[in-house]
Amino acid sequence: MMHFLLLFSRQGKLRLQKWFLPLPERERKKIVKDMTTMVLARKPRTCNFLHWKDLKIVYKRYASLYFCCALENQDNELMALETLHRYVELLDKYFGNVCELDIIFNFEKAYFILDELLMGGEIQETSKLSIVKSIEASDMLQETMEEYMSKPAF
Amino acid sequence: MTPSVRLQEMIRVIRSARTQGEERGIIQRECADIRSQFRQGDNGERSHSLAKLLYVHMLGYPAHFGQMECVRLIASPRYSEKRIGYLGAMMLLDEKQDASLLITNSIKNDLSHSSQYVQSLALCTLACMGSAEMCRDLAPEIERLLRASHSYIKKKATLCAVHIIRKVPELAELFTPSARTLLSEKNHGVLHGAVVLITELCERNPDTLVQFRKAVPELVQIMKGLVTSSYSPEHNVAGISDPFLQVRILRLLRILGHNNDTASDAMNDLLAQVATNTDSSKTAGSAVLYETVLTIMDINSESGLRVLAVNILGRFLLNNDRNIRYISMTSLQKIVQTDHNAVQRHRGTIVDCLKDQDTSVKRRALELSLALVSAVNIRSMMKELLIFLSVCPPELRSQTASGIFNAAERYSPSKRWHIDTILHVLTTAGGDVRDETVPNLIQLITTASELHCYTVHKLYRALIKDIAQQSLVQVACWCIGEYGDLLLKGECEEIEPVQVTEDDILDALETVLQSHMSSPATRGFALTATMKLSTRITDNVDRIRSIVSIYGSCIDLELQQRAVEYNALFKKYDHMRAAVLERMPVMDKNSPGHTNGDTSGEIKEPDTSKPKPVEAGLLSEPASQVCDLLDLLGGTDTPLQPSPAPTSTPTTTSSADLLDLLGGLEIKPVPTVSVYEKNGLSLKIQCDKQTETEVTVTLIASNSTQNDITNFTLQAAVPKSVQLQMKAPSGNVIPAHGLGQVTQTVLLNNPNKVSLKMRIRVAYSNQGAMHQDTVQIDSFPSAACQPSFSPL
Repeated sequence: MMHFLLLFSRQGKLRLQKWFLPLPERERKKIVKDMTTMVLARKPRTCNFLHWKDLKIVYKRYASLYFCCALENQDNELMALETLHRYVELLDKYFGNVCELDIIFNFEKAYFILDELLMGGEIQETSKLSIVKSIEASDMLQETMEEYMSKPAF
Repeated sequence: MTPSVRLQEMIRVIRSARTQGEERGIIQRECADIRSQFRQGDNGERSHSLAKLLYVHMLGYPAHFGQMECVRLIASPRYSEKRIGYLGAMMLLDEKQDASLLITNSIKNDLSHSSQYVQSLALCTLACMGSAEMCRDLAPEIERLLRASHSYIKKKATLCAVHIIRKVPELAELFTPSARTLLSEKNHGVLHGAVVLITELCERNPDTLVQFRKAVPELVQIMKGLVTSSYSPEHNVAGISDPFLQVRILRLLRILGHNNDTASDAMNDLLAQVATNTDSSKTAGSAVLYETVLTIMDINSESGLRVLAVNILGRFLLNNDRNIRYISMTSLQKIVQTDHNAVQRHRGTIVDCLKDQDTSVKRRALELSLALVSAVNIRSMMKELLIFLSVCPPELRSQTASGIFNAAERYSPSKRWHIDTILHVLTTAGGDVRDETVPNLIQLITTASELHCYTVHKLYRALIKDIAQQSLVQVACWCIGEYGDLLLKGECEEIEPVQVTEDDILDALETVLQSHMSSPATRGFALTATMKLSTRITDNVDRIRSIVSIYGSCIDLELQQRAVEYNALFKKYDHMRAAVLERMPVMDKNSPGHTNGDTSGEIKEPDTSKPKPVEAGLLSEPASQVCDLLDLLGGTDTPLQPSPAPTSTPTTTSSADLLDLLGGLEIKPVPTVSVYEKNGLSLKIQCDKQTETEVTVTLIASNSTQNDITNFTLQAAVPKSVQLQMKAPSGNVIPAHGLGQVTQTVLLNNPNKVSLKMRIRVAYSNQGAMHQDTVQIDSFPSAACQPSFSPL
């Protein structure tokens, strides 16, 4: 199972954090700091896997964002890379040519999309189409609840 | 009331802050706004404020005052508010907070909501942060949802069940029946969730595992369907149909087939099919192949399949993609013990990976290379490893060094090669080796007696080149001190001759002594080595005397003590100097004092397995008594043998046991012979012959006076060729009236089978008065147990 998933920029600013294990706030901050230091220190053409404590860290850089997740020993690292890629594809489909600013200004949507892909540290849906449909439907539900005016969601 | 700033507006404002201080100010203002919003009670605005708070939280600022808001919003009937409330719950609440329990009821209600999207929110939140109590409360609901709903909810309920089982393992039985039926679902999402659930159940409970073995054919069927299916756009990734599901099924098959022949047989064909048909040009295919290989290696697969798996890993090793090389090395590491020969075939590629740029790959290659070292390839592997050591990144150095030492110890083809290798490591990475390396190397050198000349020459040359590597310098100093005479001889078969003068050697040692790079321990080595040379060289003894006396006022306490004692050795005990500084015998690797322990200078019998503090310890206060004892033995001219005394139980003063040496008796009942009886103190002896040359003798002392005898000690001297090893006495107080005894054991080794003699001195206090006495045992008849002795 995945222990956590982090998105951070080249300067180390956190853009998204999803924790699948209960950890105290201080512990989380420390982990974020460790991850950003470790991953940002990696040279460009090195492999995407790291070892940290007893976890396997898989990271991938997409444009200016680093996607970083932590796996247990029996998990398949290559599959984790595919999972990260799947998430990026979903974001791309939703925002249309996604960039970091989209994720900054619409972070809550990024979370909603992630919650359709992963749950409890595991993949919940393997069909991209299905996820996209569910997100659209939930957004519709939200829209109709709003007074269909130009009032934005938040 | 000021209208609230929209979320995106706030984010923009925060981002425009130019300094940390400015940002903090903005955030403080916003938080104040948010707090007043929360107090006001308008739900519409509330959700906006919570969203803002979540952003602020992600920046790292405290947001605990939003926790109750999450609870309130979750209970709201509006979907947008519920959505943000649940998101807030997942971000701000965890099972440690009390507020988390308050949402249990809302979750319960939402689990039965008419809209599946509301249900999904509840399920997601429960799976993310549900505590054990919440899980226990809501488990029946989840189980219901597992069985009777739409696939969208079913897949989420399945993963929620996985979370519940992880939190509360006892609830596993609740989900086991439904898990089985879920395997017949068509929807991939549900199927995937089902496989995860079954995996979790099987990992936790071996009985459930046995139960689910019956599902192996079904799983094989599903897998076959995926592998051979035609192109399905919905699930296709780079030509592989639903690799996520394939990988999970393979993993479950691995667990089910482990240690079970029937299950393993059932999957053999499938695994072969997957292994051969999967296209591994993209990551997805490689991921599936990787999982297949892991499964093949972990179940009872037939040998052909195992060979296929190792070959796949070998192919991965040559892949351009670094990730895949890394993965293959990780897998090879797992199987190197069991399928050693198969992995050996790829040794060349693995060793090449040592030269990769990537540190992670280098690390894996190093571990694998060390595992692949064997007696056959030791020379070539060591060459590669030594090259690697000189260029490897610093974080891998100590691992490499210890790996090299282990390999050298196990497979070295010759002693000289072994010593060369260790010297090479010390020169390149001396700072990163473990502490035991120095004594280990010294012990190794002493055992290779034919190489002493060669070793000392090599070490001398390394020393004059560079004195920065402490471990190397320490070993070099020790060897020069020990074998300095060989160094001076100049001639040595394996090294081109170089004339080394006594001054050269002393110069080198003095450099070490004076250099600021030398650690205190190193300087101790150098000083002792200088001292030892005083018996090995002829011309420059005065120079040594002056060096030693200078250090008599050194600030470092250890050096000062040594210098003072060596000085004393020059002045008062010059006649003993040769004996004290004699060449050491071969050290036994497992002798008890092998680690550098603390001697506190009181042990008189020098411990040969501890090279450094031994000679210093020799010259502590009871030295005078030892000398006298030797004088007593006079004619036999027996120098005090350096016999190993175990330092783990240090004797308070040097005590020797006077024990009968029996030439060669088998003693069945061990009689006790009295050898001394005077002033109420009586000594008895028990002898026990171990081998032709070894005898164990036990001395028993008892006291028949009215008062306790205190400070009881024994000293002994034996002829030159006999080796004496004294164990610690049981105590040094003998209770009065014969109420107790002091026993001491001595081991004697008489390899030359000379006629045994022994002199014993007894020293004790009784009623405040010091007493001393001596007993000499002149001859030990070989036939009888009774020694003949003459008390003096």
